[in-house]
Amino acid sequence: MSFGPFLLLALLEGTVMAAVLALTAVGLSLVFGVMRVVNVAHGEFFMLGAVGAWFITYYLPLPPGLAWLVALIIAPLVVGAIAALADVTILKRLKYDPEATIVATIGLLYILQQAALTFYGPDARPVEPPFSLRLQFPWFGYSGYKLFVVAAAGAILLAVWLFMTRTKAGLVMRATQVDMETARAFGINVDRVYAGTFALGAALAAAAAVLIVPIQQAHYLMGHDPLLLSFIVVIIGGLGSIRGTLIAALLIGLSDGVISMFFSPTLAKIIATLLVAMVLVFRPQGLFGARA
Amino acid sequence: MKGETGKIWTLHLAVIAALFAAQFLLPQYHATNLARIMVLAVYAMGYNIAFGYTGLLSLGHALFFAAGMYAMGLPIWQLEWLPVPALILGLVAGGVMAGAVGLLALRTAGVSFMIVTLMFAQAGYLTLLYLNTWTGGDEGFVVERAYRMIGGVDLAADTPRYLAALGLFSAGMLGCLWLVRSPFGRVMVAMRENEERSRMLGFNPFRVKLIALVISGLYAGVAGAAYGLLFGYVGATFATIQYSILPMLYVLMGGAGTVLGPFLGALAMFYLIDIASGFTDAWLFVVGAALVALILFAPKGILGTLRERGLKWLP
Amino acid sequence: MTTNMTGFAPSRRTLLKGAGAGLLASAFAPPVWAQSAPIKLGFQLHRTGIGAAYGRWYERTAQAALKVVNDGGGINGRPVEIVFEDDGTDPKRGAEVVEKLVSQHNCDLIFGPLFSHVVIGSAPRAGELKVPYLVCSEGYHVASGMLNRWTMQPGITDVRAQVSSMAPWVLANLGKKVTMVFPDYAFGHDHRDFFSAAVKAGGGEIVGLIAVPPTETSFTRYLPQIPAETEVLYHVMVGPAVLTFVKELGEFYGSGPRPQIFGFIDSLEAVDTASPGLEFLEGTHFWEGHNRVKQADAPDYETTYRAAVGVDDNGASVSDAKDVSTYAHMFSVWETLHVIKAGMEASGYQGVGDRQKFVEAVEAMTDMPAGLAHVQGDKKFNGKTHQVFGHQFISQVQGGKLMRVHTTSLEDGMYEDAVDYSTQSF
Repeated sequence: MSFGPFLLLALLEGTVMAAVLALTAVGLSLVFGVMRVVNVAHGEFFMLGAVGAWFITYYLPLPPGLAWLVALIIAPLVVGAIAALADVTILKRLKYDPEATIVATIGLLYILQQAALTFYGPDARPVEPPFSLRLQFPWFGYSGYKLFVVAAAGAILLAVWLFMTRTKAGLVMRATQVDMETARAFGINVDRVYAGTFALGAALAAAAAVLIVPIQQAHYLMGHDPLLLSFIVVIIGGLGSIRGTLIAALLIGLSDGVISMFFSPTLAKIIATLLVAMVLVFRPQGLFGARA
Repeated sequence: MKGETGKIWTLHLAVIAALFAAQFLLPQYHATNLARIMVLAVYAMGYNIAFGYTGLLSLGHALFFAAGMYAMGLPIWQLEWLPVPALILGLVAGGVMAGAVGLLALRTAGVSFMIVTLMFAQAGYLTLLYLNTWTGGDEGFVVERAYRMIGGVDLAADTPRYLAALGLFSAGMLGCLWLVRSPFGRVMVAMRENEERSRMLGFNPFRVKLIALVISGLYAGVAGAAYGLLFGYVGATFATIQYSILPMLYVLMGGAGTVLGPFLGALAMFYLIDIASGFTDAWLFVVGAALVALILFAPKGILGTLRERGLKWLP
Repeated sequence: MTTNMTGFAPSRRTLLKGAGAGLLASAFAPPVWAQSAPIKLGFQLHRTGIGAAYGRWYERTAQAALKVVNDGGGINGRPVEIVFEDDGTDPKRGAEVVEKLVSQHNCDLIFGPLFSHVVIGSAPRAGELKVPYLVCSEGYHVASGMLNRWTMQPGITDVRAQVSSMAPWVLANLGKKVTMVFPDYAFGHDHRDFFSAAVKAGGGEIVGLIAVPPTETSFTRYLPQIPAETEVLYHVMVGPAVLTFVKELGEFYGSGPRPQIFGFIDSLEAVDTASPGLEFLEGTHFWEGHNRVKQADAPDYETTYRAAVGVDDNGASVSDAKDVSTYAHMFSVWETLHVIKAGMEASGYQGVGDRQKFVEAVEAMTDMPAGLAHVQGDKKFNGKTHQVFGHQFISQVQGGKLMRVHTTSLEDGMYEDAVDYSTQSF
């Protein structure tokens, strides 16, 4: 295939990846920004979203498209509830100490993974896409659903942005992020804000997974990669900065597709990982973050 | 103070003596397990020097462990080196790798330090896969039995292996005991407790942390090399993130910042998994629950809690 | 979890207890054993970790084979037991499990692991403990000479023989210019090296080699790297993302022109070929170690085997048609257990003191005739390399089902010995 179409395909793939990544990483970034918690179990919330989508579409006696739509609403709610529970029972008791919460979320990661293995099983299972449309370009075919994923992820991100900037709850969250003590002094129930933030972060990961699961499959070990990639995105974007996270997701998503056109993909991953480490070492505020 | 020194030495020498006796008293299964645990405990002691004493929460120690393992295994496999120089190379490789990572990663702190070390370790793991022609990739390779002989002693036989593991463990433990009771050990702890104050007292935090991390890397490296040599296999799974979490788990369980904690933690964790897997498929759940419970209810681990409740002299 | 199975389903035990009637009991009674201790076989099982999807079916197959062996009078007149231990698909735990099965459960021997790194990580300990270690792993690590005299692979052909034996047919029937897509780790590299060599030897040409990193979950961006001149696209993928790969391949080529496609069934093991999105596979070819869909000429023992392991004519579980088996690989567990029986009987195996005699007895095996003991077909065992050679099947997807179009001969897969384990000391 000649270079032009090759690049087009890489860009298309990169956009899909960026969209899903943005959704997942924004959840992680939100939790870190507001709560100063590095949630190592974030990838498992992603996995739970996918597994939840499989259960819902498998057992709901609805046509595939409709069942999937139900999953898109229910799965994030359920995952969010689980996250809120984890926050109240574990993280809150640790007083959100950064290092203790890392250890606790590693434990949570194992617990959730085991729960999925026990109740869902070791197989990778497909979820039917709500519609199947193939776009035939002159050089190659492409899945129409993938483009829909981009649009849907964009819509959800827009909703999050509106929520954060236009609603009182969003304002309260931002206030807590800036100064927790002052927020408490002004009568904000910080505990509830934290539980809500943790739930929202997990729900966003779950929503990303429901979007992606008709393309990939639900598998109990699928949370590992989204976690690492989200970490990368959140770091490049500047820890806790939502706007930076979005730009970084786009950057990483697109460059990952394009870099692997020129290098061996494994080598590309090594280089990308090292670059991220270097960014954190030499520009700890991230590429787009404001100076701390 | 003098009485305490006596108590401390008695306790640690008694542990070594008990472990020596254990090989004659335990059935073979548990004796071999104990040999594994002692080597893993050396790894955990190294982790403890960085995390428990100096306050460096790393998620990249698997890189140092694997560096030691491969620096031991590859020269034997590819260049037919003898085991003793290979072991020494493994020790050095762990330290050098930790030094290199430390030079960069120690410019950050806290959460960033954790993520940077994680990234370096991930890059190391991928490199092992990428260079599969030389490293054997994910499959790894066997260290042949003929190369596991030191001076006519077969390290693959049970008694020599146990004694080798015990020797390494004893050296590591006594070294750690000496280190933490030395002036430098106190500076390490000071760095963990209050970096600003130690800086004002004239210590260079970067230098102190770097030295601690290199010592930690030497422990991890020699443990990785010994694990490969004593049990005959080198593979890339040892470089995965699970093997960075493992020593953290051991240290938390046994008690961060205690000399015997890593061993106790490794012992408890090994048998927790071994026994749990006899009852349930869900042993991963047991590991997760142990982590959460520890951090919630006993953040200081077994020995840390004992130290708080009376045994104040425990190093 | 450790489970001791003697091959009688728990439901039946409950039935016995519940009924308590002599008549019922005698109808279901196991063979009457002499007053002898059971033979204990250790099974190293991938119950958790990345190999768990295979492990589940390996366990079912082992239990089915165990029941057949016990119903047929056990081994040397003694009942047989299997102790399953989870290795987490991890080499370190694998070696510990070997230890546990031998030293704690006192198993006579160990069998069952599939994943290469677990095999390679565990084999040294098996050698040190001097316990027979019979692997079901496909890898070219036994015959390459990397392991030891105690490690054998009598139940499944290794990947080198598999791919070499199929290359001539691919070149003759599908095309000469081949592009390979394979996972960028050891298993994939075996495919790359041995298939490339076989293609070159057969007068074909490799026009593209596309290595995909093992952690990849989306593959579309690799597909443009397939050169346009490609006549045959050879794909082998493993792991949870396999279905994605095949689907994306379909989306990529769509209705446009495409090369002939030849895949390893590993790309679709435990996946339903009639899954939505896989329609484009119609007419493409697959290697199968054992035909998932029951063929028209299937012999009786094939029917018996399917019933025993609980798999229907489409290769799915009889209790859940969506639960597709790892049919192309799991026969190896069944056959290995039968080799164990044959080896123990040939050596007059009495107890752990006879382990060496058992290994020598297996090394002495050569022809293994097709039948209930070798349900996949007849095989030839090479006692020097500890590797068995069997027939390979090439199937075509016809009407959404895999139908066999070619069977390779045993000789097609044979290669020069790289090692002679039988001269090594025990």
